[in-house]
Amino acid sequence: MKRLILLLPLAVFLGVAVFLYRGLFMDPSELPSALIGKPFPAFSLPALDDPERTLSEADLKGRPALVNVWATWCPSCRHEHPVLNQLAERGVLIHGVNYKDERGAAQKWLRELHDPYQLNIEDAKGTLGLDLGVYGAPETFFIDAQGIIRHKFVGTIDERIWREQLAPIYQSLVDEATP
Amino acid sequence: MKTWISAALLSLALVASSQAAIDTYEFASEAERQRYRSLVEELRCPKCQNQNIADSDAPIAMDLREQIFRMLEEGQSNEQIVEFLVSRYGDFVLYKPPVTARTLLLWYGPAVFLGIGFVLLGVIVLRRRGQSASAASGLSADEQQRLTALLKQTSVDNKD
Repeated sequence: MKRLILLLPLAVFLGVAVFLYRGLFMDPSELPSALIGKPFPAFSLPALDDPERTLSEADLKGRPALVNVWATWCPSCRHEHPVLNQLAERGVLIHGVNYKDERGAAQKWLRELHDPYQLNIEDAKGTLGLDLGVYGAPETFFIDAQGIIRHKFVGTIDERIWREQLAPIYQSLVDEATP
Repeated sequence: MKTWISAALLSLALVASSQAAIDTYEFASEAERQRYRSLVEELRCPKCQNQNIADSDAPIAMDLREQIFRMLEEGQSNEQIVEFLVSRYGDFVLYKPPVTARTLLLWYGPAVFLGIGFVLLGVIVLRRRGQSASAASGLSADEQQRLTALLKQTSVDNKD
Protein backbone atom coordinates (compact mmCIF):
# COMPACT_ATOMS: atom_id res chain seq x y z
CA MET A 1 0.00 0.00 0.00
CA LYS A 2 2.77 2.42 0.99
CA ARG A 3 4.59 1.64 -2.24
CA LEU A 4 1.49 2.40 -4.30
CA ILE A 5 1.16 5.80 -2.67
CA LEU A 6 4.76 6.54 -3.63
CA LEU A 7 3.81 5.84 -7.24
CA LEU A 8 0.92 8.30 -7.12
CA PRO A 9 2.90 11.40 -8.20
CA LEU A 10 4.24 9.46 -11.18
CA ALA A 11 0.72 8.45 -12.17
CA VAL A 12 -0.51 12.04 -11.88
CA PHE A 13 2.46 13.22 -13.94
CA LEU A 14 1.75 10.66 -16.66
CA GLY A 15 -1.91 11.69 -16.78
CA VAL A 16 -1.03 15.35 -17.19
CA ALA A 17 1.66 14.49 -19.77
CA VAL A 18 -0.83 12.57 -21.90
CA PHE A 19 -3.26 15.51 -21.84
CA LEU A 20 -0.58 18.04 -22.73
CA TYR A 21 0.86 15.83 -25.45
CA ARG A 22 -2.53 15.55 -27.08
CA GLY A 23 -2.89 19.31 -26.81
CA LEU A 24 0.21 19.74 -28.98
CA PHE A 25 -1.67 18.36 -31.96
CA MET A 26 -4.87 20.28 -31.48
CA ASP A 27 -5.65 23.35 -33.51
CA PRO A 28 -7.35 25.89 -31.28
CA SER A 29 -8.53 27.91 -34.28
CA GLU A 30 -10.58 24.98 -35.47
CA LEU A 31 -14.07 25.37 -34.11
CA PRO A 32 -16.55 22.58 -34.32
CA SER A 33 -19.41 23.90 -36.41
CA ALA A 34 -22.75 24.13 -34.68
CA LEU A 35 -24.42 23.38 -38.00
CA ILE A 36 -23.23 19.85 -38.69
CA GLY A 37 -26.25 17.64 -39.30
CA LYS A 38 -28.54 20.60 -39.82
CA PRO A 39 -30.11 21.74 -43.09
CA PHE A 40 -28.39 24.48 -45.04
CA PRO A 41 -29.88 27.75 -43.76
CA ALA A 42 -32.68 29.30 -45.78
CA PHE A 43 -31.68 32.21 -47.98
CA SER A 44 -32.89 34.22 -50.92
CA LEU A 45 -30.03 36.02 -52.61
CA PRO A 46 -29.15 37.17 -56.11
CA ALA A 47 -26.85 35.20 -58.37
CA LEU A 48 -23.50 36.93 -58.75
CA ASP A 49 -23.33 36.33 -62.50
CA ASP A 50 -26.98 37.24 -63.09
CA PRO A 51 -28.38 39.61 -60.41
CA GLU A 52 -31.87 39.28 -61.84
CA ARG A 53 -31.94 35.66 -60.83
CA THR A 54 -32.72 34.78 -57.19
CA LEU A 55 -31.18 31.70 -55.63
CA SER A 56 -32.41 29.84 -52.58
CA GLU A 57 -31.42 26.82 -50.48
CA ALA A 58 -33.66 24.64 -52.68
CA ASP A 59 -31.23 25.19 -55.57
CA LEU A 60 -28.49 23.45 -53.60
CA LYS A 61 -30.34 20.16 -53.21
CA GLY A 62 -30.12 17.16 -55.48
CA ARG A 63 -26.42 16.34 -55.48
CA PRO A 64 -23.74 16.41 -52.78
CA ALA A 65 -21.71 19.57 -53.16
CA LEU A 66 -19.13 21.87 -51.65
CA VAL A 67 -20.27 25.35 -50.71
CA ASN A 68 -17.24 27.59 -50.69
CA VAL A 69 -17.38 30.97 -48.94
CA TRP A 70 -14.96 33.38 -50.57
CA ALA A 71 -14.23 37.05 -51.21
CA THR A 72 -11.85 39.10 -53.30
CA TRP A 73 -10.52 40.81 -50.14
CA CYS A 74 -9.37 37.45 -48.79
CA PRO A 75 -5.76 36.60 -49.71
CA SER A 76 -6.09 32.92 -48.82
CA CYS A 77 -8.99 32.65 -51.25
CA ARG A 78 -6.60 33.53 -54.05
CA HIS A 79 -4.33 30.65 -53.03
CA GLU A 80 -7.27 28.34 -52.84
CA HIS A 81 -8.82 29.31 -56.15
CA PRO A 82 -6.61 27.23 -58.51
CA VAL A 83 -7.26 24.16 -56.35
CA LEU A 84 -11.01 24.71 -56.64
CA ASN A 85 -10.60 25.08 -60.41
CA GLN A 86 -8.87 21.70 -60.55
CA LEU A 87 -11.50 20.05 -58.38
CA ALA A 88 -14.29 21.43 -60.55
CA GLU A 89 -12.51 20.08 -63.61
CA ARG A 90 -12.41 16.64 -61.99
CA GLY A 91 -16.17 16.78 -61.57
CA VAL A 92 -16.52 17.95 -57.96
CA LEU A 93 -19.65 20.07 -57.65
CA ILE A 94 -18.81 23.39 -56.01
CA HIS A 95 -21.09 26.32 -55.24
CA GLY A 96 -19.70 29.70 -54.33
CA VAL A 97 -20.89 32.19 -51.74
CA ASN A 98 -19.34 35.55 -52.44
CA TYR A 99 -19.16 36.93 -48.93
CA LYS A 100 -19.36 40.67 -48.19
CA ASP A 101 -17.79 41.68 -51.43
CA GLU A 102 -18.23 44.10 -54.31
CA ARG A 103 -20.07 42.72 -57.29
CA GLY A 104 -17.73 44.24 -59.88
CA ALA A 105 -14.57 42.98 -58.21
CA ALA A 106 -16.02 39.52 -57.72
CA GLN A 107 -17.19 39.24 -61.32
CA LYS A 108 -13.77 40.34 -62.53
CA TRP A 109 -12.10 37.74 -60.29
CA LEU A 110 -14.19 34.95 -61.77
CA ARG A 111 -13.55 36.16 -65.32
CA GLU A 112 -9.81 36.35 -64.82
CA LEU A 113 -9.15 33.38 -62.56
CA HIS A 114 -11.76 31.04 -64.03
CA ASP A 115 -15.10 30.21 -62.42
CA PRO A 116 -15.21 26.81 -60.72
CA TYR A 117 -18.64 27.36 -59.23
CA GLN A 118 -21.89 25.86 -60.41
CA LEU A 119 -24.00 28.43 -58.58
CA ASN A 120 -22.68 31.82 -57.57
CA ILE A 121 -24.52 33.23 -54.57
CA GLU A 122 -23.95 36.90 -53.87
CA ASP A 123 -24.04 37.53 -50.13
CA ALA A 124 -23.12 41.20 -50.17
CA LYS A 125 -24.33 41.96 -46.65
CA GLY A 126 -23.06 38.76 -45.10
CA THR A 127 -26.49 37.59 -43.94
CA LEU A 128 -26.03 34.07 -45.25
CA GLY A 129 -22.51 34.09 -43.84
CA LEU A 130 -23.93 34.93 -40.43
CA ASP A 131 -26.48 32.13 -40.64
CA LEU A 132 -23.70 29.75 -41.64
CA GLY A 133 -21.56 30.81 -38.69
CA VAL A 134 -18.81 32.01 -41.00
CA TYR A 135 -16.04 33.79 -39.13
CA GLY A 136 -13.45 34.19 -41.83
CA ALA A 137 -13.13 33.27 -45.47
CA PRO A 138 -12.38 30.84 -46.94
CA GLU A 139 -14.70 28.33 -45.38
CA THR A 140 -16.10 25.30 -47.16
CA PHE A 141 -19.23 23.41 -46.25
CA PHE A 142 -19.98 19.90 -47.44
CA ILE A 143 -23.66 19.29 -48.06
CA ASP A 144 -25.35 16.06 -49.02
CA ALA A 145 -28.00 15.55 -51.69
CA GLN A 146 -30.74 16.54 -49.20
CA GLY A 147 -29.02 19.82 -48.47
CA ILE A 148 -27.87 18.81 -44.98
CA ILE A 149 -24.52 20.23 -43.85
CA ARG A 150 -22.26 17.28 -43.13
CA HIS A 151 -18.84 18.81 -42.71
CA LYS A 152 -17.17 22.17 -42.47
CA PHE A 153 -13.60 23.03 -43.34
CA VAL A 154 -12.15 26.36 -42.25
CA GLY A 155 -9.08 27.57 -44.10
CA THR A 156 -7.41 27.14 -47.44
CA ILE A 157 -7.98 23.85 -49.21
CA ASP A 158 -4.81 22.66 -50.88
CA GLU A 159 -3.99 19.49 -52.80
CA ARG A 160 -2.79 17.60 -49.75
CA ILE A 161 -5.66 18.57 -47.46
CA TRP A 162 -8.07 17.59 -50.19
CA ARG A 163 -6.44 14.22 -50.78
CA GLU A 164 -5.95 13.30 -47.13
CA GLN A 165 -8.94 14.80 -45.35
CA LEU A 166 -11.64 16.07 -47.63
CA ALA A 167 -11.80 13.78 -50.66
CA PRO A 168 -12.91 10.80 -48.51
CA ILE A 169 -15.69 12.91 -46.99
CA TYR A 170 -16.89 14.09 -50.38
CA GLN A 171 -16.65 10.57 -51.78
CA SER A 172 -18.74 9.16 -48.94
CA LEU A 173 -21.44 11.74 -49.67
CA VAL A 174 -21.37 10.82 -53.34
CA ASP A 175 -21.55 7.10 -52.51
CA GLU A 176 -24.46 7.79 -50.20
CA ALA A 177 -26.34 9.59 -52.96
CA THR A 178 -25.87 6.82 -55.54
CA PRO A 179 -27.40 3.63 -54.19
CA MET B 1 7.63 71.61 -27.90
CA LYS B 2 4.68 72.84 -29.86
CA THR B 3 4.79 69.89 -32.25
CA TRP B 4 5.11 67.59 -29.29
CA ILE B 5 1.94 68.97 -27.74
CA SER B 6 0.00 68.79 -30.97
CA ALA B 7 1.15 65.20 -31.48
CA ALA B 8 -0.06 64.35 -28.00
CA LEU B 9 -3.38 66.04 -28.64
CA LEU B 10 -3.73 64.24 -31.95
CA SER B 11 -3.09 60.85 -30.39
CA LEU B 12 -5.62 61.66 -27.68
CA ALA B 13 -8.13 62.52 -30.36
CA LEU B 14 -7.37 59.21 -32.08
CA VAL B 15 -7.93 57.30 -28.85
CA ALA B 16 -11.21 59.12 -28.34
CA SER B 17 -12.38 58.40 -31.87
CA SER B 18 -11.50 54.71 -31.69
CA GLN B 19 -13.44 54.46 -28.43
CA ALA B 20 -16.36 56.13 -30.10
CA ALA B 21 -16.19 53.73 -33.05
CA ILE B 22 -17.29 50.94 -30.74
CA ASP B 23 -20.34 52.77 -29.46
CA THR B 24 -21.96 54.51 -32.36
CA TYR B 25 -25.30 52.91 -31.68
CA GLU B 26 -28.12 54.98 -30.28
CA PHE B 27 -30.08 53.16 -27.65
CA ALA B 28 -33.68 53.74 -26.76
CA SER B 29 -32.92 53.60 -23.06
CA GLU B 30 -30.02 53.35 -20.63
CA ALA B 31 -31.19 49.87 -19.65
CA GLU B 32 -30.87 48.74 -23.25
CA ARG B 33 -27.36 50.15 -23.44
CA GLN B 34 -26.46 48.21 -20.31
CA ARG B 35 -27.84 45.01 -21.81
CA TYR B 36 -25.88 45.62 -25.00
CA ARG B 37 -22.66 46.20 -23.04
CA SER B 38 -23.09 43.09 -20.93
CA LEU B 39 -23.88 40.97 -24.00
CA VAL B 40 -20.92 42.10 -26.09
CA GLU B 41 -18.65 41.67 -23.09
CA GLU B 42 -19.66 38.12 -22.27
CA LEU B 43 -19.71 36.83 -25.85
CA ARG B 44 -16.49 35.65 -27.40
CA CYS B 45 -15.34 36.62 -30.87
CA PRO B 46 -15.30 33.45 -33.02
CA LYS B 47 -12.36 34.66 -35.09
CA CYS B 48 -9.96 35.88 -32.46
CA GLN B 49 -9.76 33.15 -29.83
CA ASN B 50 -9.47 35.24 -26.71
CA GLN B 51 -11.28 38.49 -27.07
CA ASN B 52 -14.87 39.31 -26.48
CA ILE B 53 -16.78 40.88 -29.32
CA ALA B 54 -16.75 44.23 -27.55
CA ASP B 55 -12.96 44.52 -27.75
CA SER B 56 -12.30 42.87 -31.09
CA ASP B 57 -11.66 44.75 -34.30
CA ALA B 58 -12.27 41.70 -36.47
CA PRO B 59 -14.94 42.27 -39.14
CA ILE B 60 -16.95 39.38 -37.77
CA ALA B 61 -17.04 41.01 -34.32
CA MET B 62 -18.34 44.22 -35.88
CA ASP B 63 -21.04 42.25 -37.68
CA LEU B 64 -22.02 40.49 -34.50
CA ARG B 65 -22.21 43.76 -32.56
CA GLU B 66 -24.48 45.11 -35.24
CA GLN B 67 -26.58 41.96 -35.15
CA ILE B 68 -26.92 42.13 -31.37
CA PHE B 69 -27.90 45.80 -31.57
CA ARG B 70 -30.52 45.01 -34.19
CA MET B 71 -31.95 42.16 -32.14
CA LEU B 72 -32.09 44.37 -29.04
CA GLU B 73 -33.99 46.97 -31.01
CA GLU B 74 -36.43 44.31 -32.15
CA GLY B 75 -37.09 43.67 -28.49
CA GLN B 76 -35.55 40.20 -28.25
CA SER B 77 -34.46 38.89 -24.87
CA ASN B 78 -30.85 38.22 -23.88
CA GLU B 79 -31.56 34.49 -24.00
CA GLN B 80 -32.88 34.73 -27.54
CA ILE B 81 -29.82 36.67 -28.68
CA VAL B 82 -27.39 34.25 -27.05
CA GLU B 83 -29.31 31.29 -28.46
CA PHE B 84 -29.17 32.87 -31.94
CA LEU B 85 -25.38 33.08 -31.78
CA VAL B 86 -24.86 29.67 -30.18
CA SER B 87 -26.97 27.99 -32.87
CA ARG B 88 -24.61 29.44 -35.48
CA TYR B 89 -21.22 29.52 -33.82
CA GLY B 90 -21.58 26.88 -31.13
CA ASP B 91 -20.77 27.05 -27.43
CA PHE B 92 -17.42 28.55 -28.36
CA VAL B 93 -18.93 32.05 -28.32
CA LEU B 94 -19.85 31.72 -24.66
CA TYR B 95 -17.28 32.75 -22.11
CA LYS B 96 -19.51 30.99 -19.61
CA PRO B 97 -20.16 27.56 -21.14
CA PRO B 98 -23.35 25.76 -20.11
CA VAL B 99 -23.11 22.88 -17.65
CA THR B 100 -23.30 19.71 -19.73
CA ALA B 101 -21.79 16.25 -19.42
CA ARG B 102 -18.79 17.47 -21.41
CA THR B 103 -18.15 20.56 -19.30
CA LEU B 104 -18.85 18.94 -15.92
CA LEU B 105 -15.15 18.49 -15.19
CA LEU B 106 -14.48 22.09 -16.16
CA TRP B 107 -17.14 23.43 -13.85
CA TYR B 108 -16.71 21.19 -10.82
CA GLY B 109 -13.18 19.80 -11.29
CA PRO B 110 -11.47 22.53 -9.26
CA ALA B 111 -13.91 22.15 -6.35
CA VAL B 112 -13.46 18.38 -6.43
CA PHE B 113 -9.67 18.69 -6.40
CA LEU B 114 -9.84 21.20 -3.54
CA GLY B 115 -12.03 18.73 -1.64
CA ILE B 116 -9.55 15.90 -2.26
CA GLY B 117 -6.77 18.19 -1.03
CA PHE B 118 -8.58 18.95 2.21
CA VAL B 119 -9.36 15.29 2.81
CA LEU B 120 -5.69 14.35 2.28
CA LEU B 121 -4.59 17.17 4.57
CA GLY B 122 -7.01 15.96 7.25
CA VAL B 123 -5.77 12.38 6.95
CA ILE B 124 -2.13 13.44 7.21
CA VAL B 125 -2.76 15.69 10.22
CA LEU B 126 -4.75 13.02 12.07
CA ARG B 127 -2.08 10.41 11.37
CA ARG B 128 0.72 12.67 12.62
CA ARG B 129 -1.22 13.42 15.77
CA GLY B 130 -1.74 9.72 16.45
CA GLN B 131 1.97 9.04 15.89
CA SER B 132 3.21 11.73 18.28
CA ALA B 133 0.74 10.61 20.94
CA SER B 134 1.93 7.01 20.72
CA ALA B 135 5.55 8.19 20.73
CA ALA B 136 4.98 10.00 24.03
CA SER B 137 3.41 7.05 25.76
CA GLY B 138 5.49 4.41 23.98
CA LEU B 139 8.24 4.35 26.62
CA SER B 140 8.29 1.75 29.33
CA ALA B 141 8.61 2.85 32.99
CA ASP B 142 12.28 1.95 32.92
CA GLU B 143 12.99 3.98 29.81
CA GLN B 144 11.00 6.87 31.22
CA GLN B 145 13.23 6.88 34.29
CA ARG B 146 16.37 6.88 32.19
CA LEU B 147 15.00 9.73 30.11
CA THR B 148 14.31 11.94 33.15
CA ALA B 149 17.75 11.10 34.53
CA LEU B 150 19.41 12.06 31.25
CA LEU B 151 17.39 15.27 31.02
CA LYS B 152 18.36 16.19 34.59
CA GLN B 153 21.98 15.52 33.86
CA THR B 154 22.03 17.71 30.76
CA SER B 155 20.34 20.54 32.62
CA VAL B 156 23.01 20.25 35.33
CA ASP B 157 25.71 20.23 32.66
CA ASN B 158 24.25 23.33 31.12
CA LYS B 159 24.43 25.18 34.41
CA ASP B 160 28.20 24.83 34.57
